[in-house]
Parts: sequence; structure tokens; C-alpha cells
Amino acid sequence: MKRTTLALACIALAAAGYTGTAAAQAKEQFVPANFYWVGPYAPGGSGIAGGMIDYFKMINNKDGGINGVKFTWEKCETEYNNGKGVECYERSKKHPPTGATLIHPLSTGITYSLIEKGTADKIPIVSIGYGRTSAADGRVFPYVFPLITTYWSQATAMIKFIASKEGGTAKLKGKKIVLVYHDSAYGKEPHAVLKKEAERYGFELTLLAVPHPGNEQQSQWLQIRQIKPNWVILWGWGVMNPTAIKAAAKIGFPRDHMIGVWWSGAEEDVIPAGSAAKGYIAAGFNVSGQNFPVIQDIKKYVYAKNEGEMEDKSRIGSIYYNRGVVFGIVTAEAVRKAQEHFGKGKSMTGEQVQWGLEHLNISAAELKKLGATGFMQPLKTSCYDHEGGGQVKFQQWDGTKWKVITDWITADKALVRPMIEEDAAKYAKEKGITPRDCPKGG
Amino acid sequence: MLYREAGQFRSTYAEDMQIFPIRQDRIALMLLLAVGFVVVPMVATQYWFSALLIPFLIFSLATLGLNILTGYAGQISLGTAAFMAVGAFMAYNAQLRIPGIPILASFAIGGLCAAAVGIVFGLPSLRIKGFYLAVATLACQFLVLWTINRVPWLTNHSASGVIAAQKIEILGYTFDTPASKYLLTLSIVALMALAAKNLMRSETGRAFMAVRDMDVAAEVIGIPMMKTKLLAFAISSFYCGVAGALYAYCYLGTVEPEAFVLDISFRVLFMVIIGGVGSILGSFLGAGFITLVPIFLNLGTTFISDRFDIEISHALVSNMELITFGGLIIFFLIVEPNGLARLWQIAKEKLRLWPFPH
Repeated sequence: MKRTTLALACIALAAAGYTGTAAAQAKEQFVPANFYWVGPYAPGGSGIAGGMIDYFKMINNKDGGINGVKFTWEKCETEYNNGKGVECYERSKKHPPTGATLIHPLSTGITYSLIEKGTADKIPIVSIGYGRTSAADGRVFPYVFPLITTYWSQATAMIKFIASKEGGTAKLKGKKIVLVYHDSAYGKEPHAVLKKEAERYGFELTLLAVPHPGNEQQSQWLQIRQIKPNWVILWGWGVMNPTAIKAAAKIGFPRDHMIGVWWSGAEEDVIPAGSAAKGYIAAGFNVSGQNFPVIQDIKKYVYAKNEGEMEDKSRIGSIYYNRGVVFGIVTAEAVRKAQEHFGKGKSMTGEQVQWGLEHLNISAAELKKLGATGFMQPLKTSCYDHEGGGQVKFQQWDGTKWKVITDWITADKALVRPMIEEDAAKYAKEKGITPRDCPKGG
Repeated sequence: MLYREAGQFRSTYAEDMQIFPIRQDRIALMLLLAVGFVVVPMVATQYWFSALLIPFLIFSLATLGLNILTGYAGQISLGTAAFMAVGAFMAYNAQLRIPGIPILASFAIGGLCAAAVGIVFGLPSLRIKGFYLAVATLACQFLVLWTINRVPWLTNHSASGVIAAQKIEILGYTFDTPASKYLLTLSIVALMALAAKNLMRSETGRAFMAVRDMDVAAEVIGIPMMKTKLLAFAISSFYCGVAGALYAYCYLGTVEPEAFVLDISFRVLFMVIIGGVGSILGSFLGAGFITLVPIFLNLGTTFISDRFDIEISHALVSNMELITFGGLIIFFLIVEPNGLARLWQIAKEKLRLWPFPH
């Protein structure tokens, strides 16, 4: 019987955990922090989580929240796993006082799983720099926000960047470009756009898949050696990135002709590759560094009081950390916008924040006020356009830090937008959704 | 005292052969079903439905499928997730391409396609056994995901290989709330579990067990080896396929092929081992243990750190949870190597002798 008693005690203890949640207080704005701190993708997850939470802490300490409404959050470990992500979402969505304000799934797979759930529960799914590209069509996806820039936009920006290096788009003809991608939904996102670009400019595109997790790439790089491409685009994640950089060094492919996607362009991706990474280029919708007023504010109002999230303080100002701060800024501004419309000093619901997200207008002046000039791009969204910015900067690893080498490069929206609408329309048809009416461009 | 079969006499063959010969078992099962179908939908929250109960039921079904193959017929398989993927993607295609097809028929088509794939990958089992067979079925895992990633027709030419499950509508009723999806899943799982339980008591089930215990002897007494083994693969894959379809339609809604990675195959195998190899009840216990305990552990630690206001690094907590969970698995396997189902059986036997267990 002893065993049974023990088992029962375990169950009782576990069940007890479910009942307790922090007591509700008014004047709070709850944002779930469903990220990942363990597993192969932990460097990305923990950095972004740290940046976002630190930004909230800074807003709470410095301004007393948004018009007196303080941010609260609760961490939930998703392990980058779809099932766990859904579990965390379900756990956080009813949190007092107004439920989850919005959610950053931080995984393309989890984003896909939450699209319908979030729409049904009226909780905005904000996927900054990942997720379903065609969700940028706000008429079909009212509650999904692939903000700032999408994979398709980024792919066109990369081609623009390559063209500028080659001396104009006319020079792209006959060039060879290889895409080395993570064999998953994430890695397959840019295929359609890149194929279109290849047709238009007449370059030769080869797609090489790397199976998850990506620490075995020998055959792919042997192929690259045979193809002798002019440029390699790296669409990797996690351990795949340093492996690819090292493999490139092994076959003698010049790293300064290797362009990483923004999930392949953090310190965590290049430092493990050591000196092989020198010269490697990556796209990014945020930059690294601590010399921004917003990061200084975080240091002053959060770390000076020893309340910071990051145990390793050297990660403050890293690419991932700063990306988390961008997540925080977008979240806070959406709440602020919603408050302006629905009543200042009140806790906003998901539905109200959805309005805020659709009317975001973070202008250059606004960025200056936030202390984030040059840190991120201006952002303007609408009911029609859930993407907003669509610009990236390119940066090069000089062996110790990322150096920005271009200004903001705007995506080829004329190419991307019709594709987004086509894909969204297909989704709407499959699902039987009638798209909302949105004023064009408005 | 309460659990004793004394005084229950069986006077007909039918009574002697019923699934649950002991009256208390029948009552308990009825109560359990009543709780599942009536009480739970009344009291459970959305969180319970979408995050705990539905995945638990779906994984129970997949575990049941693997248990038929591994537990009853003795063939190890690491292709469970692949069979689930086939079920999910083929159900999606059936629904998409055959106009007006009822959703349950799509699920069945998903299951049948999985069964067909299962038969193909079961062929090696005629020549190889044990770990070698496990490796052969591993190939299935990679081949199926590779195919889904490479053949655009399977994902309806979706740019990223992601499919969005269609609406579930049966007889004009739309299953769109978590509670209704839960009831649908529960009904399917309950019926299929009943079918499995009966199947294992039939001639087919006995043939499976004979093959498991000693295939040469089974062949000598006239059990056709090829038919039995392939049938086991087919039935098992059918169960996994239906589980996969439910995983897509009732749980995640939108699925990418990566939702069915090798990790899921291993998890289901662990569910079989922890729950009890060759036990229907064990499939449910194992699935419950593996899907729910980590969540309860997490809720428990959140609760404790909230209540006592302890500031611990979240990464540490997350890793500790994984360690504790691993520890619990080892603990249970040492205490009872035959799985949780065996623990339950021992408990029942003790109850029969209670208050004087020896």
C-alpha cells in the first residue's frame, strides 16, 4: 500500500498546483511569456524572453506602466514544441485581469497551431519575424500579426542586397545562388518567392535541404562545392548555423558571400564557429549593441536594482536580447494605442489590443521618444496590412561583434503582396472564411 | 470487501465470456464512462479540454495502436509518428478532394491509408526481428516525412508544407468548441478501445500473442505467420492513423509535417513501456503518465514558487522538471518493470484479499 499512498500523494500535490494563481488586481496588463529556456533552441528563446521581460520591467519601474497600468507576465516553457505551446497558450489565455493581451509564440509551428485558436478566443497572435507570411493579409487573418517583416519580404531584400553587391539587378543574370535551408515549414517559406525572383532576374537557384537539427551537412556542402555558387543563403536555426559556417570554411567557400536569415544571425550562431565566421553576413530587423537609450534605461531602471532577467549580463545588447526588446516595444505600443482609443489607464482585452495592433504607428519621432532610433524600423500597420515595416539591415560579423553594413533595405512589396493575397485567399477558401472589408492602404 | 467476486455465479457461456466478468469492474467502467461523457464536460474548463484531456485521449489511442503491435504481437516499431502523419495528411486530402465526404469517413480513410503504409513497412517483419525490425520501421519514419515534404499534392501545394484542418461537421452539427471536440475524441477513442479489447480476446488476438511468445511454435500449430504479422501491422497502423487525424483535427488544427517527428514515436513507445506492454488499460495509464505528469510538475512548481515567492531562474526550473520527470520514469520502472497496468492489477488482487493481504 505504501506505493499507492505515495502515488496518491504525488497526484494530490500536482492537482493542488492547478488551483492556485496569483490574485487578480486591477490596473494590470497580462502578457504571457511562453518561450523556451531548455532544449536546442534555448539561446534564442531565453535571450528574447529576457529582452522582452526586461523591457516590461523597465516600463513598470520608469513610467509606472502604460498610463498607470503595469505589465505582468508568467513564464511557460514551450520547448519549441507544438503540443507544449498549445498547452501554455491555453493556460495563459484566461489569466486575470483581462486574459492574455497578445501572445508571442516564438515558433512558426506553434504560430500555425494557434492561428485558429487565437482567432476564436480573440487573442492576437503576434509573430515578429516568423510565422505564416500570408497572415499579413489582415482581411483573412484579423488576429494574426506577422509584424515588422516576413520571410518573403526578407528573401526579396536579400536578393536586393546581392544585386547591390553585384552591381545592379541586371548583373544577377546567370549567377548561381544556393539556398541551404532547415527542412521544415520554416525553411520552406522562402521557396516560392526565391523561385519567382530567379525567374525574373535569371539567376540559377538551387535548394538544398538540411534535415533537423542540422549538425550533419557534409553532403550538402560537397554539392555546393560542385555547383560553385556566387552566393549562399543560409536559412538555418539553432545548431545548424555554426555547422554550416564551419562547413563553408572547410570547402573554402567565402563567408562574405554567405547571407544568413535573421534567425541565423546572432552571436550564438557565429561564436561557436570561431574564426570561420569572420566575414559572414546576416540579415536582421534589429541591431545589436548597448549604445541605445532604451538599453541604457533597462540597465538603469532594472539591472541597477538587480531585477534583471539575464544571469549572463554580457548577453544584454546581443541580437536576441535586443530582438526581445523589440517584441517588448511593439507589445507596449500596441497596448498604449489601444488605451488611447478605449480609455487610458484601463486594462485592455485581447480584442482591444487587436485594434491597437492594427493602428500601430511607431514613427521616427516616436522611436526617438522611446530611445530606439536606429534600433528598429518605423512601423505602421493597418487592417489591410498586418506586416508594417518590411525592412532589414545587413550586418557582418567581424570576429567579435556584428557590424551593420547597410541602411534599412526595403522589401519588394510589389512582388510579395500579391503572393500574400493569393495564399491568404486560398486559405480563406479552404476554411470558408469571408475576408473582412478593409480600406486599401488605409 | 467491496471488491470481491464471491457470490457472482455464471450460469451461461455468454456470461462466462463477457469482457468484464466481475460485476464491480462493470460498474466501475460504467461510472468512468459516465464521468467522461457527462461529468467532465460539465465541470472542465477550456484549459482542461484543449491542453490536457484531448491530447491525453489522442495519445492513448496511438499508444493503444502501438500496444497492439508491440505488446500483443511482439513486433517493435518506431514508425508510430509516421503512421500518425499518414493518417492526418490523408484525412485532410480525403476531406479536400472528395466532395461531400463525411468527416468520420475521412478519418477512416486516413486510418486505412496508414494501415496500407503499415503493411508495406511490416513486410520486413517476416524476415527480421527485434531491434533489427525497429531499425527497419525507423526508415518508415524518415521516408514518410520526406515524402510529405517533397510531394506538394499531399499538402495541397501549400508553400510551407502546412495543412489547415477543415471544419468538423457531423450531421449538420459543427464541432468547434473544445468541449465538443473532446466529446468527439472521447467517443472515437472509447469505441476503438472497446474494439481493441474484444479483438485481443478473439482468435486474432490469441494468434498475435502466440506469435509474440514464440513464432516458431505458433507456425507449427498452424498460425499463418505472414497474415498474422501483417494484420498486426495493419490494425496497429490504422489506430495510429486515426490518432494522427484526431491530432490534426481536434488538437492542433493546423499541422506541419514536423509535428510528427521521431520524438513522438519514441514518446508513444515509452507510453507503451511505462503503461504496460500488452495491456489495453496500460495504454491509457502510460499516455496519461507521459502527457500529464510533466504539465502537473510544471503547474506544481509554478504554484510553489508563487506561494512562497521564491525567485529561481526559470531555465533551472525547466531543467529540474525534466530531470524529475526522468527520475519518476526510472522510479516507476524499478518499482514495477511491467508497467503501471501491473501496479493496478496488484492493487486489485490486494483488494480481493483485503483486509488480510498476504
